[in-house]
Amino acid sequence: MTSQGNKTNRQFNVVGTRPVRPDGIDKVTGKALYGADLYSPNMLVGKMLRINEPHALIKSIDTSKAEQLPGVKSVITFKDFLSVDTNKNNDIIENCIANKKVLYDGHAIAAVAAINLNIAEKALKLIEFQLDKLPFVIDIDKAMEKDSPVVQAGRKNENVPNGFSDNVNSFCSFGHGNLEDGFKKAERIVEKSFKTPSVHQGYIEPHACLASMTLDGKADLWCCTQGQYNVRSICADIMGIETSQLRVTASEIGGGFGGKTTVFIEPIALALSLKSGQPVKIVMTREEVFKATGPTVSSLVDIKMGMSKDGLITAAHAIIRYEGGAFPNEIYELGAQSAFAAYDLKAVRSEGFNILTNRPLQAAYRAPGAPQAIFAVESTVDELCQKLNLDPLEVRLKNAAKKGTTASYGPTFDDIGLIATLEAAQEHPHYKSTLGPNQGRGLSCGFWFNFGGNTCVSLNINFDGTVCIVEGNPDIGGSRASISQMAAEELDIPLNKIRTVIADTNSLGHNDVTDGSRVTFAVGLATIKAAKAAKKEMCKRAAKLWNIDEEAVIWKDGHVLPAGANAGIHDPLSLKEIAAISAQTGGPISGHHEVNAEGAGVSFGVHLVDVEVDPETGHTKILRYTVFQDAGKAVHPSYVEGQMQGGSVQGIGWALNEEYIYDQDGKLLNPGFLDYRIPVASDLPMIDPVILEIPNPGHPYGVRGVGETSIVPPLAAICNAVSRATEIRFTELPLSPPKVLSAILKNQ
Amino acid sequence: MRYVKPNSEKEATSILFAERGISKILAGGTDILVQIKSGVIKPDLILDIKNIPGIKSIIKKNEGYEIGAAVSGLEFNNDPELKKFAPGIAEAFDLIGSTQIQGRCTMVGNLCNASPAADTVPALISSNCIAKIIGPSGVRECHINEIPVGPGKISLKKGEFIKSIFIPARPDFSADSYIRFTPRSEMDIAIVSAAVFITIDKDKICKDAKVSLGAVAPTVVTVKNAEELLVGSKLDVNVLSKMAAECSSSCQPIDDKRGTIEFRSHVAGVLAKRAALLAYKRAGEKSE
Amino acid sequence: MSKIHINVSINDDNIEYLCNPEDTVLDILRDNLRLTGTKEGCGTGDCGACSIILDDKLVCSCLVLAAEVEGSKIFTIEGMANENELHPLQKKFLEHAALQCGICTPGILIAAKALLEKNSNPTETEVRYWLAGNLCRCTGYDKIIRAVLDAAAEMRS
Repeated sequence: MTSQGNKTNRQFNVVGTRPVRPDGIDKVTGKALYGADLYSPNMLVGKMLRINEPHALIKSIDTSKAEQLPGVKSVITFKDFLSVDTNKNNDIIENCIANKKVLYDGHAIAAVAAINLNIAEKALKLIEFQLDKLPFVIDIDKAMEKDSPVVQAGRKNENVPNGFSDNVNSFCSFGHGNLEDGFKKAERIVEKSFKTPSVHQGYIEPHACLASMTLDGKADLWCCTQGQYNVRSICADIMGIETSQLRVTASEIGGGFGGKTTVFIEPIALALSLKSGQPVKIVMTREEVFKATGPTVSSLVDIKMGMSKDGLITAAHAIIRYEGGAFPNEIYELGAQSAFAAYDLKAVRSEGFNILTNRPLQAAYRAPGAPQAIFAVESTVDELCQKLNLDPLEVRLKNAAKKGTTASYGPTFDDIGLIATLEAAQEHPHYKSTLGPNQGRGLSCGFWFNFGGNTCVSLNINFDGTVCIVEGNPDIGGSRASISQMAAEELDIPLNKIRTVIADTNSLGHNDVTDGSRVTFAVGLATIKAAKAAKKEMCKRAAKLWNIDEEAVIWKDGHVLPAGANAGIHDPLSLKEIAAISAQTGGPISGHHEVNAEGAGVSFGVHLVDVEVDPETGHTKILRYTVFQDAGKAVHPSYVEGQMQGGSVQGIGWALNEEYIYDQDGKLLNPGFLDYRIPVASDLPMIDPVILEIPNPGHPYGVRGVGETSIVPPLAAICNAVSRATEIRFTELPLSPPKVLSAILKNQ
Repeated sequence: MRYVKPNSEKEATSILFAERGISKILAGGTDILVQIKSGVIKPDLILDIKNIPGIKSIIKKNEGYEIGAAVSGLEFNNDPELKKFAPGIAEAFDLIGSTQIQGRCTMVGNLCNASPAADTVPALISSNCIAKIIGPSGVRECHINEIPVGPGKISLKKGEFIKSIFIPARPDFSADSYIRFTPRSEMDIAIVSAAVFITIDKDKICKDAKVSLGAVAPTVVTVKNAEELLVGSKLDVNVLSKMAAECSSSCQPIDDKRGTIEFRSHVAGVLAKRAALLAYKRAGEKSE
Repeated sequence: MSKIHINVSINDDNIEYLCNPEDTVLDILRDNLRLTGTKEGCGTGDCGACSIILDDKLVCSCLVLAAEVEGSKIFTIEGMANENELHPLQKKFLEHAALQCGICTPGILIAAKALLEKNSNPTETEVRYWLAGNLCRCTGYDKIIRAVLDAAAEMRS
């Protein structure tokens, strides 16, 4: 594990070290409270009635028998949400609980709250309903055809080209240059279609929440979420109350990866609570998580790419077709934008389509939309390298985006780390090591935009000189440690004098969701600014004490002191000393910062993988895996490495074994960890992380988000490795043994 | 649902015989608890056998081993002599689930769950093991391959339960092996499996062979043609190749979410070959 | 059927509870006894988040009926540290940053403890296979394996 290329001049004391995380003890002793760990007095258990059909008209629902069962305190259907006019969140609540149609296998039509689980389950069985089954569609090609069953009518945007069914509801196009000319210049052209299945984020903690709502419209909600403020906005809107009346507290979260950036059960719990007058707790089962939360889009991506004899990509065209369930979503745009981001191209176009299907509404999964598109692009680049007998790393370097490149999706890049990561890969012993029989090596670039967003931080200095930081972003990767480190760096005090906590929605202004790899960047930036504001206030207090001008006091090495001899002779005061007399100089001292942060730097990465494929069974074994990624500035290197390793292994699962499998009736066959196969410890070698640091000019310490990029390269890296090991070009994921063996046998 | 924990065989059989509803035996619970939760089974009675005397014992008997019905995988594989005696059965048993599952799962449970992909069943059949059954009319014995009759169905009559499995004495220079195919290295149900038992003479020529395949048919398939090919040979490349082909063609697998017909058939042959070589090697080590 | 009365030792405390026949040990630990350190990730024995030690054996508590454990000894994550000191595994997990979200951590610590009590000098492969029943989605397992091997080394010295 190495760090390369720190180009800042600044010497850091705390940033860049590996202290033990402040919330660690709670997590290793079982003390930390996750979504399902809260119990409240007078609490009811909520359960949802889910329908095992992919598409059906709801003719009637009769909940009267369930309501009369002793121990049942409330029963709801979509009717209970009709009194509120919600435009913005209509799709979200309809995805949680069906309005007129059952739209996916596992879609709920009702919910009950009862005094215990037993009675709740009995009550569900007493709900009577009549359905008219409808023809369904979950396959992308079929859903696009003019005569396809229509999932939702009237959702088509104006700019969608003609000739498709109403399921094709969105379209976008990006790019520049003349494709025709570009293809004419190519020595070789490859035209291929790629397919990826829908996969699930696979967080080990099922969704859970505890809601308490009273008749005056006040509500408290505890839930595992990546964004308590987003939950507040959505639920307040759905329940018809103002945001100030709903206080949402985020529990510790047992994984999210994007899948917990929205709501699936929270409005249901609130509605059950309002109707019953008691708090209601809902915990999803693992089967419900697979069926009724937000798996990713599945994809069909067509690539046409031309390359010159010496490895220059002369033209590239991608047609990206994503399906993300029964409601519109924006992932097709992110796919189209990210597809060619790693390259500096003269002629490039990517077009994206979104297609509605009878599946649950997708939710983000770590760099949403990028893995699917970049899988197709990087596989094609690899095939061209093979056909032209060129080194895959050299070709990437030749075409790599750099400072000044106009990306295919529009912006011009500032300082970026792609070339540094490619060069690091080239020099690494992994790339130079030899391979044995049935072994192959694959590589892929990866990219994610990273975001800034709305962020608030409040930094409070206690009378004893210790510091409490309040921020609003659930900690999914160790961010409390990084934030404390940045504050310690800025204030020049020991790390153990700082405690960072995550606020409920009443305690701070709006914070955007923990996503987009934004927390270390944006919350870090806000923390640094809040610390600076606190330092300014401390200078002010010293000035008051010393009876000199504010401008005559400076902060240096953890102390306030006079700027120069003209200001008079005054002993420096430490933060602790200033804090101790703060009550006498005006009151408690704090600093705060609110911003919609911009300047998040993109993060590039390169992955190298060696595999061995058993030619008799089609089984792929991962032999060696190295991850190169630009972190800008690694605040806590262990946690940066953790992101690189974790995302890589999720990508490995996606490439080799994970997929949503449906039967011919549109029902999900594998809603459990037995047959939805995420990688286990014995499947993997150590994942070797190499951190590059090309500072992001938009952050005071150079930080770039790192959380998402690492899931992007594994898909193509592994597919390229397997393709080279077997000498068969694979274009469809996952590379499950039956698929690989079938191709091997055909090739013999 | 009711739960009972009888203290004797007699108590157990009378409760089972008298039960009017659906009854299920509980030893390790790693199959039935999952099935109860998913609603696949809705038993009226759970009968926990773990208090019955001898039900957790491993006893050396007649140069073989009697394994009580509630002996877990962990206990079986913690016994070094037993592991050495029946390595194929040991590795089949050890492959069921995770370490946590190993702390609870039992061979008898695996057998009576009657999944076509059960790990221990091919290995037990290849080793000619015997089930000891307690019922209202007393004790009876039968070969393991008579127990599963179809997916999820066994031949036991009302009031009966299996008390133990007997692994008989093995001829000199014999060994067994079990190999299965799973997409991941652990935690999966076998997509296809092979259990082979080989006896050799002092010239390392195969004298006897048993080849059983799992997860390629509703119940375990014993491939007589493959066995006949092995006998009299030293398992050279030609013999193995023909044997693999026999195994592939005697499968009657299905396409399901875990594997295709083509895959199961082909890999059955591959695994049978590999399992035969492993058993042959182990038998050879015994003769040195 | 009326509830079943059980006496059991949990983390060396003598505990009594009443349970329904269909309740699991996991249900009782969390909902009755409020020992929420043991987690439910799947309810079917596939993820290991509910791992406990039952009579010296590592098991999934979601697959043990609460009615079965009369007279047994159970250890959960809450019993892993001494009053004053963390177990070496817990310390090493913190040092190595072997947890991110932490939901799998209690199960993995219990499983690792069981391993080191059986085999004080496991190889990397042995650790990986022993822990194969504990799913982690955040870390990719790398730092977890390093932490277990490091703890094993410290406990041997």
